[in-house]
Amino acid sequence: MVGDILAVLPETVLALLGMVVLLAGLGKGRSPLTLGALTIGSFLLTGVTLSWVAGGIAPDDRFMLGMFAVDRFAIFFKVVVLLSSSLAVVLSLDYLKRHDYRPGEYLSLLMFATVGMMTMVSGVNLAAIYVGLELMALSTYVLAGYFRREVRSHEAAAKYFVLGALSSGILLYGLSLLYGATGSLDLATISGKLAADKPSVAAVAGMALLACGFLFKVAAVPFHMWTPDVYEGAPTPITAFMSVGPKAAAFAILLRVFAGALAPAEASWRPLIWGAAALTMVWGNLAALTQDNVKRMLAYSSIAHAGYALVGLVAGGAAGVQSVLLYMLIYTVTNLGAFGFVILLESRGYAGETVTDYAGLARKHPLAAFGMLLFLLSLGGIPPTAGFMGKLYLFAAAVRAGYVWLVVIAVLMSAVSMFYYLRIVLQMYLRDGEEVVPAPLVASAWTERAIWVCALAVLVIGLFPGPFAAAAQAGLGIMPLP
Amino acid sequence: MEFLLNPLNQICYLPLVGALIIIFALKREQTRAIQAVATVTAGLDFVISLPLWWRYVPEGAPFQFVFKTSWIPSIGSSYHFGVDGISVLLILLTTLLGFIAVYSSFTAITHRNKEYYAFLLLLQTGMLGVFMSLDLVLFYVFWEVMLVPMYFLIGVWGGPRKLYAAIKFFMYTLVGSVLMLVGILALYFYNSTGLATIGLPGLGNPATFDVTVLFKVAPQIPGSLQMWIFLAFFVGFAIKVPMFPFHTWLPDAHVEAPTAGSVILAGVLLKMGTYGFIRFSLPLLPDATRKAVPWMVGLALVGIVYGGLVAMAQKDMKKLVAYSSVSHLGFVMLGMFALNPSGLSGSVLQMINHGLSTGGLFLLVGIVYERRHTRMIADYGGLAKVMPVYAMLFMIITMASIGLPTLNGFVGELLILIGAFNRSAAWATLAATGIVLGAAYMLWLYQRVFFGEITHEENKTLADVSTREAWTLIPLIVLCFWIGLYPKPFLRIIEPSIGRLVQVVDPGYLQHPPLPAPQAPAAEPQGHTGG
Repeated sequence: MVGDILAVLPETVLALLGMVVLLAGLGKGRSPLTLGALTIGSFLLTGVTLSWVAGGIAPDDRFMLGMFAVDRFAIFFKVVVLLSSSLAVVLSLDYLKRHDYRPGEYLSLLMFATVGMMTMVSGVNLAAIYVGLELMALSTYVLAGYFRREVRSHEAAAKYFVLGALSSGILLYGLSLLYGATGSLDLATISGKLAADKPSVAAVAGMALLACGFLFKVAAVPFHMWTPDVYEGAPTPITAFMSVGPKAAAFAILLRVFAGALAPAEASWRPLIWGAAALTMVWGNLAALTQDNVKRMLAYSSIAHAGYALVGLVAGGAAGVQSVLLYMLIYTVTNLGAFGFVILLESRGYAGETVTDYAGLARKHPLAAFGMLLFLLSLGGIPPTAGFMGKLYLFAAAVRAGYVWLVVIAVLMSAVSMFYYLRIVLQMYLRDGEEVVPAPLVASAWTERAIWVCALAVLVIGLFPGPFAAAAQAGLGIMPLP
Repeated sequence: MEFLLNPLNQICYLPLVGALIIIFALKREQTRAIQAVATVTAGLDFVISLPLWWRYVPEGAPFQFVFKTSWIPSIGSSYHFGVDGISVLLILLTTLLGFIAVYSSFTAITHRNKEYYAFLLLLQTGMLGVFMSLDLVLFYVFWEVMLVPMYFLIGVWGGPRKLYAAIKFFMYTLVGSVLMLVGILALYFYNSTGLATIGLPGLGNPATFDVTVLFKVAPQIPGSLQMWIFLAFFVGFAIKVPMFPFHTWLPDAHVEAPTAGSVILAGVLLKMGTYGFIRFSLPLLPDATRKAVPWMVGLALVGIVYGGLVAMAQKDMKKLVAYSSVSHLGFVMLGMFALNPSGLSGSVLQMINHGLSTGGLFLLVGIVYERRHTRMIADYGGLAKVMPVYAMLFMIITMASIGLPTLNGFVGELLILIGAFNRSAAWATLAATGIVLGAAYMLWLYQRVFFGEITHEENKTLADVSTREAWTLIPLIVLCFWIGLYPKPFLRIIEPSIGRLVQVVDPGYLQHPPLPAPQAPAAEPQGHTGG
């Protein structure tokens, strides 16, 4: 009992503090900065609690009727999730100041979504995973539509909700089929059953539906349709958040369920994931080529990146899982940085949405442009940025497992991706802008600080990936691998 | 500390330090200071690279000045620098041309000086790293790092179609190099575990990207897989060289790039491709290399003749020089894939020669371009009357490019032809037509630009070369004569490295030379092989 409370202490702390932020935001004229500081403080406190809790728990222990684990895998993803949520909050501060919406609900929803993600990555039972997933999803639906006075934001939320609910339904259906076939929702039990017998038709159908549900959450082709519209319509800091936090959490459960529990039946699901990975990389990158709206371009680019990460899942094994973990960390800092720039430009009087808004940026804000260049190179996988190291690990794992052709597709597509990333670079550096008077520096100091943290991380991981790869390796040690 | 004491690290990162000073310590308006910092850094880099020339012991260890430290231990990649004779020459060429590129840019670059010199210096760090890396991941990092500054050099300071040329350069090279990355990974894993899908057993060594280890184990990879890896490397390197039919990015990039960009592009960047072949493809994949000889030689010969013919038809001086590069690089590849000591020595020497003479030609074209803002041959004529010094310098470099005896091109081409002739008389004969074509297009160019009446009013008042311009060319000319008259120091430094290479790639050759070579290189003792 005490162990149970201890194990979920970080989540409990964060949920309670979320309510505090919600209540604190009710008063009139609460500054976003104060509430933001409170939120960041909460995340920090959660992190501290997590490190304290993690020290006292054996990784093999199960809590809450065997539904909840605090293994190193979960801890790694909780850190990634807390990192992405904190950075998303910092990115939001100036944005919230400029737009007249209540910051209290916004920030508390972000915190509840984080609680959901932290629960998800700790779940070792499909029911627990589902509960965490829904908490995260419901919070993000609301956040996507948070700008009630803007039609695009409405559209985004409605689309996201309808399609999200549908995918949750598919997920539940798959879950129930798997339960019917194996008699359990516990991942370890399912794994044992699948290892003992050849998977039944119901189990295979269940796995396929489960895969579809998860693939929706990570925005893999052909379940990606919602992504560009939602990313375009949602408030940009929320787009930034959605493209990293929930995606990382979804990958965590994809790994835990498929690379972990369902590994004994991998012959049934691996071709599916192979195809999804290939399709996602090809379509995500090709569709990004034609986008003029930077948010949509980054949306397709994040679809493509889900494809690369799926390559790691296809590769499977310790090396494959480790590479996905590392990639999620790298992708989080890179993508948050890139979206940070879109936010920064919006605040500096550039619209920041169409590609041509970036014209001449290098002359007016050389440091900002250099940061964006760094993030774009990292997304494209050009050394010495972190993105290259992430891809190196992913592709190395896949080549080792023998999926050479998938890697050939992946590398060619990442070459294609440079073409559209370079379109932004070209606007920033090679075209001189019309005489736009540089906007007076709106107080976006916090956005900038978040960006510099990301930029520094991109360079450090790119040049010295060793410790981070080691962290990812430690993260997989206790996965429920058969 | 140890890191900073290694001469290779000093040479490689000094330009980076210069670039950082320019970026962070200087303001955009301080043009003079920016130029000064760039010149001093590039000059100092050349000076500190010079000791490699006499401190490198050709008969000593295969790789010298080695610096090795752990970098990414989890995948067996280390930070490993080291040079052999071939890389020493290329490093010296890079630092020399890098300095000349900076020094020649003062008047040509009129806007965004700060970024220009920073990119030029960053580019130099990237190129030097490529020639020093003995670890495949490290090599790949440097190989790609230099793409970005070059993209900007073409894209910001280039000619009218600069955006097209810049993106074409970037995409071509990138597609090639990502496929090379797959090859690198295959090499890496086969060495340790074997590749499941191809159904090959592994060699069971600890997985490593270290080239000096791979030199020993990689040649044991069975033929079919070697062929695939060779192909993956081939795409990466051949685009860079560029070999026919992957050369189409080159004329665009050259024509649009600023003068210094062209000098670096022709002088050093193309050598990265040929260097890649000689450093990695040949010694790591000897079986595949031997099998690929007919194809590679075929492409090289087509490149020689095709490049020469197309150069003949050009109206734009820079484009003409660009296509002549395709032809010259064909020679380099021909000599390399003759796989014998004279061919390989000629090939390496010709890399240097091409860097000197083509770098010189681009500088010369840049000099009149700055004055007249046109590169069309038809816009000139009779320049010998108004610019006599310029005409003389141009003549010397032209002769070097053609391969006139007493100048460097002759030595390189002769060695390559000897090497090719040892393999097949037909190859040598076909290649020789390339020399004839070379003489034809270069002399015709010279005739049209310098002789005859001055047909354009503007040309009557052209100023002759300034002292600074002359000094950018004089080092190149001195070296052209030096290599032409007394190539021995250059050959001496590369010969042991080449000997080791031949021993790996064609061991039969050294035991039964097809012709009694007048100065058969002494067989290296066993155990030196590559590692």
